[in-house]
Order: sequence, then structure tokens, then C-alpha cells
Amino acid sequence: MTKKTRDEGDTGTDTAPADPRRRRFMRDAAMLAGAAAAPGAVGSALAAGKPEPLAVPSWTTQQGSPILTPAYGMPSKFEKDVVRRPTDLTPTDLSSWSFTPLQDLNGMITPNGLVYERHHGGVPAIHPSEHRLVVHGLVEQPLMFTIDELMRFPQVSMIRFLECSGNTLTEWKSATGTTVQDTHGLLSCCEWTGVPLSTVLKEAGVQPEGKWILAEGADAAAMTRSIPMDKAMDDALLCYAQNGEALRPEQGYPLRLILPGYEGNTQIKWLRRLEVGSEPYMTREETSKYTDLMPDGTARQFTYIMEAKSVITSPSGGQRVGGKGFHEIRGLAWSGRGRITRVDVSVDGGRNWETAELDDPVLPRCVTRFRLPWRWSGAEAVLQSRAIDETGYVQPTREQLIDARGLDYVYHYNGIQSWHVAPDGEVTNVHA
Amino acid sequence: MFTRKHAIAAFAVLAGLALAGAAGAADNGRTYDLGTPVTHETIAKWDIDVPPSGKGLPEGSGSVAQGREVYAKNCASCHGEKGEGGPMNRLVGGRGTLASDSPVKTVGSYWPDATTVFDYVHRAMPFTAPESLSAHQVYAVTAYLLHLNGIVPADATLDRESLPEVKMPNRDGFVSPDPRPDTDNTACMEDCGD
Repeated sequence: MTKKTRDEGDTGTDTAPADPRRRRFMRDAAMLAGAAAAPGAVGSALAAGKPEPLAVPSWTTQQGSPILTPAYGMPSKFEKDVVRRPTDLTPTDLSSWSFTPLQDLNGMITPNGLVYERHHGGVPAIHPSEHRLVVHGLVEQPLMFTIDELMRFPQVSMIRFLECSGNTLTEWKSATGTTVQDTHGLLSCCEWTGVPLSTVLKEAGVQPEGKWILAEGADAAAMTRSIPMDKAMDDALLCYAQNGEALRPEQGYPLRLILPGYEGNTQIKWLRRLEVGSEPYMTREETSKYTDLMPDGTARQFTYIMEAKSVITSPSGGQRVGGKGFHEIRGLAWSGRGRITRVDVSVDGGRNWETAELDDPVLPRCVTRFRLPWRWSGAEAVLQSRAIDETGYVQPTREQLIDARGLDYVYHYNGIQSWHVAPDGEVTNVHA
Repeated sequence: MFTRKHAIAAFAVLAGLALAGAAGAADNGRTYDLGTPVTHETIAKWDIDVPPSGKGLPEGSGSVAQGREVYAKNCASCHGEKGEGGPMNRLVGGRGTLASDSPVKTVGSYWPDATTVFDYVHRAMPFTAPESLSAHQVYAVTAYLLHLNGIVPADATLDRESLPEVKMPNRDGFVSPDPRPDTDNTACMEDCGD
């Protein structure tokens, strides 16, 4: 339980759950229900009489903080619970991961400090002037670049999602995660800026037999993946900035690969080396790990694409729907194969569906925000969302995934997520 | 009169200037002429990958017996005395389990290429001191792990010639390219699911 901080002075209620996610949801609900529910009356705003006369608070009667408090701005202190949270599945926090708080975010962009983390050997502290990128192998001229040199190339920016191939892996066998941060929080979306990888590869001159690229990081894992040349020449980016500022250390400062729509681990952080070869390199991260075991004992390899997926972020697990009446169901949809064309939402566990509204812009290989108005009757409900992308692919049910892949596939879980709403408003993760 | 021919000529001159401005040393074939040409000597310490062909394997060799000592000193505390795992990944056993309800993925049961063991141990292990083992030690600990998995005999010694020749039990266990999409949900809107 978290000490009450966010809503002090907000509703004054002492019935609100201590979990900040629930409290905020109830606060929103209370405001919707009557704009100024009487103290203690959250969820039964009709009982409230005339609102209390508004007082003039202290922040209106005295000066606030000066500029540069601090020089690099931070969120309001009342948002201190909106943070990444760690997995409890790894024995070390150096090779581990942390989740983005999707339930607390709006729009399509993930703030830099909340982008999910997955490291295999900790976060290195790399001095940018000492970092180099080497491009070699089956090229006409092996080249070495400084970051300053890479920044001189023609620049492009693109808003693209980033998702770990293991996102939602806890949900194959049972409904495990409590919040959408637990279940889907290995997903983030940023504006990435850099130089197209194709530009730099053409500088070095790829030889005709060069069909694969080994991408290698400078971290303690010297993380390596083999990338198909077609992808490298298509929309791959040598990225040095995210959301307008330099890459964060945990996102690969000073240089990372961005491979739109591909599983996150291929988008090598702290990128130091690109070797062009004729065959894949069969690194540990594409053999022992990040391969997908089928029921017959074979494993799928080089399963790069993150297929279409969606999830309702509000209301979602761990929150409480704060009263009957109007609520907007909100969520995110994305596809590694291109644009989202449609998202359907069900409030009865998948029996009947309505098409949600998609917020602009709808970009390829980018999260798309969807919204659907909902008037809650107070009865039990099961909320689901179902994404469709421009290839016509329809996000599968969990049963369909298991039929196709069994229960030990581990990665690439993109089944339809169900949130159960109890008559008391409590939202929980279920398999429906 | 300013003819089309003149316009084309003028454009050519302008384009030439622009190119010269953007890429002064176009005679080397590079458009932007950024970066520094390098030889293998410059990048040797970074060029550490070992693909299944064995290309890039260093000189040196190591035996199962030597590997037992390297393992005990550098690996056992995380992976168990005999590679049984705990707290970190299990490295030994699991043969025949991949198609079962409780698949056990280890070096012996799952990894398709012996070269990957060398590559990964060299680049990333031991976890607290990556790249601290010598080539001899990496050959040795690779031999030991392969021996614990029943893949090489107790008297085996591995080097740049013999390591790529080792055939792993699950060598043919991997499928690519990606066969997905492998589901075909439909967007039913009413009275679905029966």
C-alpha cells in the first residue's frame, strides 16, 4: 500500500483505496459524477447535497517556485507513483526488465523517463565522444564513425512503438498480471531521430552477397542480433535521439538501432558495430533466447515481427470503476506490420462488439489511441479490445494462439486481453 | 533567349556545386564522405563474433579437464556445480524434453551451434567480468559444458578447427523463415463465440 499523496484535498474522501491507480480513477469518476462530490461520498454522488463553497488555496495567495526548479523539469510531486516498475521474475536487476505504467499515460507518446527497460548487462555510462560505430564485413569500404559524424548525415524522425517480444508472456497459462503495467507494460512509443541505416550502409557499399547484418552493443552483454538486409535497407534507423532529446542511457545512449515493428531486443542499444555477412550469426539471443518453442519440440527462429495487438488501459486491472454512468473506455493498439485500421471493443466478454474511434495520427508501426464511450449500468462486465491492421489481420483470442502454438511458446503473446468489472467497480485480469 | 537547353545546363552546374558542397570527396564513391576508413587491425578487439562457420575463432585450445577448473572458479556459483542451474540458467540436461509439457532448454537440449557457446561465453561471461577469460579458457569451458551434456568425450580438446565440427543434438530443431501469421480470427460483431 502506498501512502496517500496524490489526491490530498481533492475529494477529502477516506473511503478511497490507498492504491494510487485506483484513487485517481475514483477521483475522475467522482468529478464526472457531480464535479464536487461531498466528502466521503465517492461513488454515491447523488447523496451529495450542495457543494461546499470553494476556498482560496495557499498556492493562489503566495508566489510559487522560481524558474529552474529544477533546471531539467520533472513531473509534479503528486505524480510520484507514475513510475516504471520491475519484474519479479529475474534473479538479478542487471539482466532484467521494468514496465511502462500504461494505465497512467495519455496520448501516444511515452515520456522518456517511463519507456520500458530491458537490459542484458546493466546500463553502461558511455562517453559520447569516446563511442564509435564500426561498419565492416562484406562492404566495399569498412568505416568507423563518431557520433558527431553520424549526426551530420541527413536526419529523419519517426514515431514508432517499441515492444519486447516477451511482453504479456505471463498471460499464456493463466491471468497473472494485476495491472496493465504488469501485463502489457513492455510497450512504449517514442519519436526516434537519427540517420537511416540504409544511408550509412550505402556509404560503406554493401557487397551483393551481404544479406545479413550483425548488430552489436557496447554494453557488458555485447548484445548481438542478426538483422536481415531487407529490413536494414527499408526503414531501419541509427538513432541518437528520442522525443526531442538525446537517447536516455537506458535506451542506448549515445546510439541505438530502431527497427520499426520488430521485437525490441533486435533494436540493439549502445550500438558499436555492424558487420555485414552472408548468413545469420546464430547468436545466443537468436538461438537460446528469443526463439519460440512449438508443441512438437521445434522452435521458430527469426520471428521478428510484433503482430497486431491492443489493450484497454482505462479501465484496467487494479483500477475501480467509480460509479454508474458515463466512462470512456480507452486503450492502445499497434501492429508491426503497418497501420491499425480498426479497433473493436466488447463489454460482454467478446459476444458483441462496437467499433472504437481512433485518434489521429494513425501511423504505421506506431501505437494508435482508441476510445469508446461507455455507460456502465453497474452490472458485471468483461471489457475486451480487438485490433485489426492494414493487412487485414485480426488480433487473435488466447485460445486461437494456444491452438496454433501451444503453451510453451513464451514470446509474442498478442491475445485479446479481458478485464472483469465487478458490481463494486473493481477491475481484475481474467481469461474470458 | 533562355532555352530549355540552357536551363538544363544551368541546373547541371548548380547540381554539381550542390554535390561538391555536400560531398567534396565524391571521387571515393561515397556521397557524404563521413567516417574514417578502417582496417581489421583497428577493430580486432571488437570483432569478436563467432558464427557457425567458426570464422573469427582465435588461436588456442582447451580441454574438458581444464574446463572443469575454469567452470568451478568462474561459473558454478551462478549455474550450479554441474550446470544444473540456479540462480541463473540451467546449462545441462533436458535432452528429449522439448516436445513435452515441461520443456527444459539448455546448451545440450536446445542450442543449435557449439560456436555460439564460445561466442557468448567470450563476450558476456562471467557475468561479473565479461571478456576476462582467455581464448584457452573459453575453449576449455566450452568443452566442459559440451561434455557435461554428453556431446564430446571426457578427453576432448577443442580449438578453432574442431569446435565448428561439433554437431549439436538440436541442430535441426529450428524453423525459419517466420511462418506467421498463424491465426485467423475474424471480426465478428454480434452474438459471437458460439
